[in-house]
Amino acid sequence: MGSTARWRMLAVSGAALMTASTVAACGSDDGMQINVYYAPEENFQSVIDRCNEEANGRYEIVYRKLPRDADGQREQMVRRLAAGDTDLDILGLDVTWVPEFAEAKWLEEWTGQDKQQAEQDVLEGPLTTAEWNGKLYAATKNTNVQLLWYDDTVTPTPPKTWREMIDMAKQLKGEGKPYQVLFTGAQYEGLVVTYNTLVASYGGKILSDDGKSVVMDAGAVDALKLLKEVSSSGITDPSLTNAQEQQVQQGFESPDSKAAFELNWPYVYAAMQDGNPDRAKNFKWARYPGIDGPGRVTIGGYNLAVSAYSEHKPESFEAALCLRSAESQRYSAINDGVPPTIESVYAGDDKEFVEAYPMWETIVEELQDAAVRPLTVVYQNLSTITSKVLSPPQDIDPESTAAELRDQLQKALESKGVLP
Amino acid sequence: MSELANEPSTRSQTVESGPAVAAPPPRKGKAALSEGKKAERKLGLLLCAPAAIVMLAVTGWPIIYSVWLSLQRYDLRFPDQREFVWFENYAAVLSDGYWWTAFGVTAGLTVVSVVIELVLGMLLALAMHRTLVGRGLIRTVSLIPYGIVTVVAAFSWFYAWDSNTGYLSALFNAESPLTDRFSALAIIILAEVWKTTPFMALLLMAGLALVPDDLLKAASMDGATAWQRFTKVMLPVMKPAILVALLFRTLDAFRIFDNIFVLTKGANDTSSVSMQTYNNLIKGLNLGIGSTMSVLIFIAVAIIAFIFIKLFGASAPGNDPGGKR
Repeated sequence: MGSTARWRMLAVSGAALMTASTVAACGSDDGMQINVYYAPEENFQSVIDRCNEEANGRYEIVYRKLPRDADGQREQMVRRLAAGDTDLDILGLDVTWVPEFAEAKWLEEWTGQDKQQAEQDVLEGPLTTAEWNGKLYAATKNTNVQLLWYDDTVTPTPPKTWREMIDMAKQLKGEGKPYQVLFTGAQYEGLVVTYNTLVASYGGKILSDDGKSVVMDAGAVDALKLLKEVSSSGITDPSLTNAQEQQVQQGFESPDSKAAFELNWPYVYAAMQDGNPDRAKNFKWARYPGIDGPGRVTIGGYNLAVSAYSEHKPESFEAALCLRSAESQRYSAINDGVPPTIESVYAGDDKEFVEAYPMWETIVEELQDAAVRPLTVVYQNLSTITSKVLSPPQDIDPESTAAELRDQLQKALESKGVLP
Repeated sequence: MSELANEPSTRSQTVESGPAVAAPPPRKGKAALSEGKKAERKLGLLLCAPAAIVMLAVTGWPIIYSVWLSLQRYDLRFPDQREFVWFENYAAVLSDGYWWTAFGVTAGLTVVSVVIELVLGMLLALAMHRTLVGRGLIRTVSLIPYGIVTVVAAFSWFYAWDSNTGYLSALFNAESPLTDRFSALAIIILAEVWKTTPFMALLLMAGLALVPDDLLKAASMDGATAWQRFTKVMLPVMKPAILVALLFRTLDAFRIFDNIFVLTKGANDTSSVSMQTYNNLIKGLNLGIGSTMSVLIFIAVAIIAFIFIKLFGASAPGNDPGGKR
């Protein structure tokens, strides 16, 4: 019996069932519904409620929560879009998915006044992630950058470069103080983010600007050397190859933590206040370390796009603009800790914002010269292969690892290779 | 109404036993069918047709379709580049290191887990067969692991072996066993064995029931030791049951997906062929390569089934329905 054939039939009928049930759900309501497929975000419903009030009954935005993990989110949307599902109106896309979705003709281009509004006052880095082939395919909802988090009782002055950080960690270890450098080293997207930041900090490139060919220049090789050095000189957590964001965060929070430095997203600030209030008092942040100065940090975050299969496109554009307006972004920043993409929201005289978001200045600084992950249609393949080839980081052999990456990534770009 | 519904099953009986009933004995064949019988037979075929067509549509068509897809370059992200490429995809997959690594892992997992399951399953079956008190209770209890949804069970293993939350990793003082290739594979095997040994035991128990008590008594009268009775009397009688159990489990084990998906997501070279197919097909949206892999798995499974039937010869299922469940 063809196991896969059976499995695919199952998948198809499952999808059909799901569609059927949602269609039925839609049919039973009066009025127009705009379905927003977005990752779980605690207070996003309040943003939607406010936009529904603004819509004044013309349509109702409904929050359809996607799975928590990025792969799950992408898979659900991809599967349904490939089947031409008209239930999806607004899509919450991770910044790395825009080229792929746009190229597959699943996204409606932003034009005219909508485009103007979606671009207005948006920081340059995040805006790049919403574009593909010179066209705008999404509106930025929130951005994200990792910061260096440290304990100012251990290191009163934070390191500015990786070299300083490595030396400090070694010295601290010798003195018997907390010393570990924690970062995401598991075989997943987080490792790619770390590597991409290192490559950008060296001024290197993984792919060419048009995303069509592999570059892997000297900077990319130097980044491999650094990654190997950090991972193999005994200054990280022993379970580095299992460390995702959460493990990194817990590694710093735990009462018997040996960590001195943590490279992680801003959400850890709020988490620390709950997780370890004692250490939270000394929990400080600085710019992500680089090579000669501060690093060029990889941008994360989400964009909102309108599905090409949506039956309510004009309303969807309008709703998306409301969901990511300056007011909404400010609200989400304060309540959900996600950094805005609109520059004017970062206002030093906005007391409530500054209080909830004390690290806003550092974030803006980092965003000014942030690094975007390679923009390519096959980002998923690129990411899977990169994290696979770089794992485990302590076993990297710079020259041969670089050669392997070059070879595998080129195949991935031509969609010829096989995914591991 | 009920007569109509029964028609297909009675039909075959009528046709096969037809000669016996309708008297002219030795002449087998269609010539003997009367007009009425012919009409009946036609009706029977018609009544069977919908089921047969549905079966063809849900099994035959997807298989043909995936073979068709596997001969094309077809990546959903490059819809314009779709073209017929003959066996290029097969060359790409079969010359790829990742595929063979996954194939090796899958084959290894299959062999090791099925062997362990066979031994444990046999012990469990003997125990269940012999128990005098609380037989029902023991059988029910031993079947619990098989009743638990694999993904749920896999998650409990995952958390048990996790370095932060796990009681097992704390017990064995393991840092994070799921990040090392061999310990991760061992845990996957453990999870598989724990889950499916009861199934094996159940099938083997059906075989044990076939062994006549008289035979065992006669053997022990002749001075056979317990071990001799097991190997010389019980095993040969049980052969069909063992074959069915092994065949089922091997085919199942070769398609292992859920345990790996939950436990390691295929990190550190623990990916199976099914995982890799899923990655290429669903994550990578590469219908060509993905279908190629599914066809290859299909072929591998067919070969396994073929080998088993050759190996066990006459005791293969179908030849001796007595050993089946």
